[in-house]
Order: sequence, then C-alpha cells, then structure tokens
Amino acid sequence: MIEIQNVRKSFGDLEVLKGIDLTVQRGEVVTVIGGSGSGKSTLLTCINGLEPIDSGRITIDGTEVHAKSTNLNKLRRKVGIVFQQWNAFPHLTVMENVTLAPRKVLGMAKAEAEAIAEKQLRHVGLGDKLTTYPSRLSGGQQQRMAIARALAMSPDYMLFDEVTSALDPQLVGEVLETLKMLAEEGMTMICVTHEMGFARDVSKRVAFFHQGIMAEIGAPDQLFGDPQHPETQKFLANVR
Amino acid sequence: MAARITRAAFLLFPKGRITQMFDYTFQWKQALNRLPQMLDGAMVTMEIAILSMGLGILLAILLTVMRLSGSRPLMAFATTWVEIARNTPALFQIYMAHFGVASFGIHFSPFVSLLIGITFNNAGYLTENFRGALKAIPDTQGRAGRSLGLTQLQAFRHIIMPQMLRISFLPMTNQMVWAILMTSLGVTVGMNSDLYGVTQDLNALTFRTFELFALAGVIFYLITKAITFGGRLIAARLFRY
Repeated sequence: MIEIQNVRKSFGDLEVLKGIDLTVQRGEVVTVIGGSGSGKSTLLTCINGLEPIDSGRITIDGTEVHAKSTNLNKLRRKVGIVFQQWNAFPHLTVMENVTLAPRKVLGMAKAEAEAIAEKQLRHVGLGDKLTTYPSRLSGGQQQRMAIARALAMSPDYMLFDEVTSALDPQLVGEVLETLKMLAEEGMTMICVTHEMGFARDVSKRVAFFHQGIMAEIGAPDQLFGDPQHPETQKFLANVR
Repeated sequence: MAARITRAAFLLFPKGRITQMFDYTFQWKQALNRLPQMLDGAMVTMEIAILSMGLGILLAILLTVMRLSGSRPLMAFATTWVEIARNTPALFQIYMAHFGVASFGIHFSPFVSLLIGITFNNAGYLTENFRGALKAIPDTQGRAGRSLGLTQLQAFRHIIMPQMLRISFLPMTNQMVWAILMTSLGVTVGMNSDLYGVTQDLNALTFRTFELFALAGVIFYLITKAITFGGRLIAARLFRY
C-alpha cells in the first residue's frame, strides 16, 4: 500500500504540491490527470524518492520513503518507474538494458537475469529484439523496453509518468496495450496520463490535479460522467 | 614561375635526393645507419606514452568522480589538478616531477619523472574532456539508473562512464598523440633512452644534426599518424551502437 499524507513540495518559490493525500491499495490502478504544471509528475518522482519533499509523508508498505534511515536503493526495487522520456541506455543492447539492474542491484547471475529479461521482453512484444541496440528501435519499442526493464526487478508497484506523451501518435496504442495488460494482471499502478480513454478503461480511480492540489478523485464513470469540481469540468470540457 | 621552381628543385635534388644545400653536405647514410638505435628509442617513447595514457585515464576517471562527488575538498583537489595541468607548460610539470621534488629529497629516475609529468598532464586534460562529454549525456540517464535501484556509483560506473568514454574517445587519441610528442621534453631531465634522447646523443656523437633530427621527426610523424588511424579503427569496432 502506498500512503501519501499531506505532501508539500516546492521548487524555489513555486509550490508544486500543496498538501496531497492519496492512498493506493495493492492491485489498484489509479490514474492521475490534469493540466501541465499541476504537480502530477512531481508526485511520482517523490513517491520513489527521486525528489525530496518539504513536509508530509509518503510510506510504501509501512516504510517511510523520505526518512533518513530508509535505504532508497532498496526501496526502489519495489517501485518501478517509467518516464515520458524512456531513457534507454544507448550503449547497451536491449537485453543488457534489462539485465543491468537485476545483476547489479539484486546480484543475479547472468543466465538467471537473462532468462527473466527475455520473459519480460517477450511479454512486451520485444522477444525478437534482444541483441538490438536502442538506437535501432522506434520510440514505442524503446518505451516498451523501458517498461520491461522496470518489470525485470519484479516490483510490487509501477509508476508511469506520461509514458505516451513523447511518442508519435501511431505508436501510442502499442504502449497503452502493454499498460492495459499489466493492469489486467493485477499490477498496482499509478499512471500520470493525458490519455483519457485509457484512464477511463483501465483505472479503478481517477484523480484530477489542479495547481498542486488534488481537486477531485473518484471512479472513472463518476469523474468523467459527473465531475463535481468546476476545474475538473473545465478541464474535461477542453480535452474532449 | 612554376618553371623556376622546377629548376630550383632540380638543383637541390639532382637525383631525387637531397645531397647538398647552402654549405651543408647531407650524409643521410650516417643517419640511416643509426636507425635501429632510433627505433629502439621509439619503442621507449611509445612505452612511456602508453603507460602515461593508461594511468592518465584512470586518474582522470578518479578526478571526474571527485568533481561530481559534491565534497568540497575533493572538488577543490580535482580542480586544482586540472588548472595546473592545463595552464602551465608541460615542461614545467616534468621539471617539477624531477628537479622540483628532488629539492625535498625525493629522487626519481628520468624515466619515472617523465612518466609522472606526462601522466599528470594527461590526467588534467582528459578530466576536462570528460567534463565536456558528461554535459552531452542527459541527466535523465543517471536518474533512470537510480530509479532502478542502482547506487550513484553504480549508475556512474555502468551507465554514465561508458557513454562518457565513448564520447571522449577521439579527443583521447589526440591526447595520446600529445603524450608521444611530450616525451621529447624528457631530454631536459636527462632522459636519453627515448627517441628524442637517443637522437640527441647520436647528434653529439656524429654531428649529423639535420639528418638525425629530420629522421626523428619522420618517426614521430609516422607514430602519431598510426595512432590516429588506429584510434579510428578501434572506435569503429568498439562503438557499434
């Protein structure tokens, strides 16, 4: 379970998170929507400790992320994150991209790590690209590789930060299909997205962020069908 | 005009070979007889350059890590090194490694002093090359590594450093060329087994100054050309991505 309690975060004078409360249960898929600058991506990087927070607390299965005593490298094994820019490691083959962390972080033997990597890469449809370098892959393929790379650590939670925003429109579908498949398999996921159709189909709850505040959260039918907050109404009217 | 140049060239090179110019009679054979000794010297030159490059790269990686460490004393140490290496003559650096430290009772052989001096210089320049290369690698690379649970050092070792070395590979071959040429400064600290030192000694013995140093120049040229060419071949094989 991920518990976010009254989290505040500023970059300089700009307060990007103004007291966020959110609890995500195991097996739940929560999507976060909202305009740019609403703080939704920052929240994800705070959840896995890539960004410090100013106040409040975030706990993952009872471990406080930002406590000094917390070993973040260890905690991050539990929480996979995939970014808008997929960040493929260009000097490594697809297989090496995926086996790097299992080998170096979990201390897995090469053969074992490769078996897991191959399974995950087949899972995301890249079984025939194992020895390819990322530069030979399309954006959608690189993004799916990044997903496989995160999955190879067998995380309990996955965070997706606008993973389709940097893709050509015709490549968005293949990545969303991969996310849907994960959701159906019961992965706990927090997805920041601009894909409203995806949010509606896949999530159990949808949260709407506006200027650092979680203005509204609810089941997709309720939030999309009968939004309560005026900002949610405005936002949804514009994206439709 | 062209005809005059041709005629002049014909006077200078009657059989396609320089034999006499001004009042100097060329005796190429004397110099060529010494070629084996000079090639032995060239081996020593290459040995120093290769050693100083290997050590220089290791030190430069260390200095780069220091610069990234965030620790003020380490950053100051690395910056001081780079500043001195890049802003003082290589001759000064080699002098200090020999006569400078001798003032404190530390005595190195000319070979060791020359090696230390060139290594110091290489490390400084390479660190600066690495800094440029690091700028070309997006921050998000390290971040992606950290998000997978790698420690900062692991992310540097496995993600940042390989890319950094690739980007700075061609500048590194330049530095290798530099290292070869810098060995010639060894004569100032009494080095006489490298190419330049050998040539200097042979000159004192035979007074065939022009021929010997011209020959040394050709050997230097061929070595550095071979390095540049070899570097390109290695780069093409090593970095296929």
